[in-house]
Amino acid sequence: MFQKIGIRLIIAVAFTAIVIIGVFAYFNVESHSTGLIQEVERHANQLSETVISSTRFDMMLNQRERIQEIINTIGQQQQIRDVRILNKEGIITYSSEPSIINQMVDKNAEACYACHTADEPLENISITDRTRIFKLHPDSTRYIGIITPINNDKSCWEAHCHAHPSDQKVLGVLDITISLDDVDRNIIKSEIEIVVFAIVAIIAVGFIIGFFVRRWVVSPVNDLLNGTQQVSMGNLNYSIKDMGEDEIGKLGQSFNNMTKKLAEARMQLFQSDKMASLGRLAAGVAHEINNPLTGVLTYSSFLLKRTKDNPEFQEDLKVIVRETMRSREIVKSLLDFARQSVPKKSNADINEIINKSIEVVENQLSMNKVKVEKQISAELPRITVDANQIQQVFINLLVNASDAIGKNGGTITISTKKISLSPFGIAQIKKASCPKRHSLIDPEYKIDGIPALKVKVVSGKNSGIIHLDPIYGKHRNHFDLDFEIDTSTDFVCPECNLSLVQKDKSCPKCGSKILSFEINGQGVYEVCSSKNSNYEKWDFVDSSGLSDFIEIKISDTGSGISNEDLSKIFDPFFSTKGQKGTGLGLAVIWGIIDNHNGTITVDSEVGKGTTFTTRLPLTQQR
Amino acid sequence: MSKSADILVIDDEQVIIDAVIKICSLVNYTIDTALNVKSAIDKISDNYYKIIVCDIMMPDGDGFQIIDELHKKKIDSSIIMTTGYSTVENAVKSLYNGAIDFIPKPFTVDELLNSLYRANRYQEIKNKLEQVSSHQNGNHLYYVPCPSKYFRLGYSSWMVPERDGSVLIGISDLFLKTVDSIKNIEFQNREDEIAQGISCLTIISEEERAHKILSPVSGRIVEVNEKLKDNPNLIEKDPYFEGWIYRLIPMDLDYEQKNLIPCSSDRI
Repeated sequence: MFQKIGIRLIIAVAFTAIVIIGVFAYFNVESHSTGLIQEVERHANQLSETVISSTRFDMMLNQRERIQEIINTIGQQQQIRDVRILNKEGIITYSSEPSIINQMVDKNAEACYACHTADEPLENISITDRTRIFKLHPDSTRYIGIITPINNDKSCWEAHCHAHPSDQKVLGVLDITISLDDVDRNIIKSEIEIVVFAIVAIIAVGFIIGFFVRRWVVSPVNDLLNGTQQVSMGNLNYSIKDMGEDEIGKLGQSFNNMTKKLAEARMQLFQSDKMASLGRLAAGVAHEINNPLTGVLTYSSFLLKRTKDNPEFQEDLKVIVRETMRSREIVKSLLDFARQSVPKKSNADINEIINKSIEVVENQLSMNKVKVEKQISAELPRITVDANQIQQVFINLLVNASDAIGKNGGTITISTKKISLSPFGIAQIKKASCPKRHSLIDPEYKIDGIPALKVKVVSGKNSGIIHLDPIYGKHRNHFDLDFEIDTSTDFVCPECNLSLVQKDKSCPKCGSKILSFEINGQGVYEVCSSKNSNYEKWDFVDSSGLSDFIEIKISDTGSGISNEDLSKIFDPFFSTKGQKGTGLGLAVIWGIIDNHNGTITVDSEVGKGTTFTTRLPLTQQR
Repeated sequence: MSKSADILVIDDEQVIIDAVIKICSLVNYTIDTALNVKSAIDKISDNYYKIIVCDIMMPDGDGFQIIDELHKKKIDSSIIMTTGYSTVENAVKSLYNGAIDFIPKPFTVDELLNSLYRANRYQEIKNKLEQVSSHQNGNHLYYVPCPSKYFRLGYSSWMVPERDGSVLIGISDLFLKTVDSIKNIEFQNREDEIAQGISCLTIISEEERAHKILSPVSGRIVEVNEKLKDNPNLIEKDPYFEGWIYRLIPMDLDYEQKNLIPCSSDRI
């Protein structure tokens, strides 16, 4: 439970509140009780002065009964415990408690202690020193006692009785003891009030903080957590609902963005993998179908030759020959699709290709009342592409868009523009050499259709060749070795056996050896020699910043594609057109764009339309 | 050598063999067959065939093994390669290794017949040359070999890099000699892209035979030889200079040149 961020925050805030309110309450109660006691002290002092001055006259006249009467009357007040007058010898001469009259009080008793600590009694002491707070026994209420000295006076030694000699300074003391019962009750009451207030305040603060923490932190964090769990389970379509513009909200947006990118990357990767295996399958199928087709085509064209004088046969045979030729073209296009051939590229103007493509499908478009809107960037640079293939892509996309719009008319929007993207995962190593300038590019071995880098691995008596991915950042290296790489293994140029290992460096990720290659005029490319590490670095490319692409968007206002179909539309043989389509169109498109090192993505909303976004790198790598 | 059939057909599919037999019966060739590489090698060791029609992909090996075997035994049969897996690589490799033609499956009767026709003519020329050289009758040239700076794709087409970076391509004289006199040439258009090993031009002969020329390099056509359009026979008169067919901007000359045979090697 204490692992939860919300609870922790609440505990931290509540603790702070307890400390602050506690300290505040302590000082508040303290000053309150000090104030109250001072008030009582003042009151007692005043009372003492009153007693002394009201008994003065009677003392002069030595009318002891009257003095006792006054003291009794005062002593009857509720809060006053007793009122005593002691003479200089410590004998209680008057008291509101008659039983203790004429008793001797020890000089060390608490009432006397204030003045009689030293050998000679002090004659002038402050009010604080004259006051004492005490308890009769541990469970009794507190009392405050105040002693007031009765000073000698001229009138005292000049009075008729002449009871006191003139050299005496203090004639006796008045001791009044007042119960602090009321004051203590008051203090306890205010203590309880403050504690109750503190508890209420702490609980309230806890709840308020808890409410906002839950609202601003806990529930969005839980949403994010749930999202990451969904993504880690492979659900890349998960997106987090909008969480506002604060930091967590931004985190959520960047999470959504990341997931989307991840989904796209996975899609491309998946597609490329599928295409490769499908290519092999298609090649096999084409080969198998071509043999029986040869039988049909040769026999039928043979019959066609032999039945020249029979027009009826001729007609039928021509259909067979024609249709077999058509099958041959279909299989050929299947093979074209399967073939990992490098496109026949030349310098072309994308806008021009788009215009040509529109011309080709113009009839079909006007038949379906489809309007084409062009938002073409006039400043588009020329680009090295296979114009025919790219035209095929656009024609296919336009026909698809027109089919999606149907007979009721709509709009196709084509836009082109130049964009810049980061080179990591795109840049290709075309030339690489060892220190002796031997080329390390292996035209015989291709990774994803591109000649790979070859490196000889020598480990004791074993040696073999590994191939490294020529695309910077993709890291699809092929380690086809029948022995393990260890620390003594060396990586050398296959021609001159010169080591490619960089001496004073090791992989920052796993500590393995770093291989370095000189890239003709493009700096040095470094890659970790371990099969499991994905460290690679190519400063030249990193420093060159973003690379440029031409982005072509083709949007229609057609029926749209459901999410379910969206993930499958680039799959071969997937078609929503029923008997009308082969399901190869978009798969071929994908293959063409992939061969141009480009990407194609699709966005669609059912009922609103579909947008295909094609990106072609401006600098073609071959 | 014992008298045997004119043509050996090697294919692992019986239906192809049957079809080829039928076609060849139209032109009175005698046929022998082999269903795999091993039996084919046995047969070429024992017999001489003028023409060998050979599939590339077979269960116990590929057609290139048979070409190697022929080279090793110094047998100069004309080889026509055929395959259901008709890739550019296969086509180029076949011609590089000395096959006189490459026919992708499925083929029509005419396609095979025209190829056989050229193979037969090729054999005749070779035989005449042998007779000439055996009679020490030097100067009788039956065809003009390509100039030394040129490169050729098998025996069919040639290319020569020009100083400005473009390349000229044309048809070798030996190929033209295996074709009857030309009636018409079907060109591709300017700005078209052509690829190495893929048909770039069709020659229609007086006998209405269509012969496809495989391009020696990939590139974009920037110029078509207009003189040939008016006068197709120019190509026969001067196949290497005036009779060029296209000027191309090449795509990947360095790489593709490896698949071509330097004409200088013919003169050693």
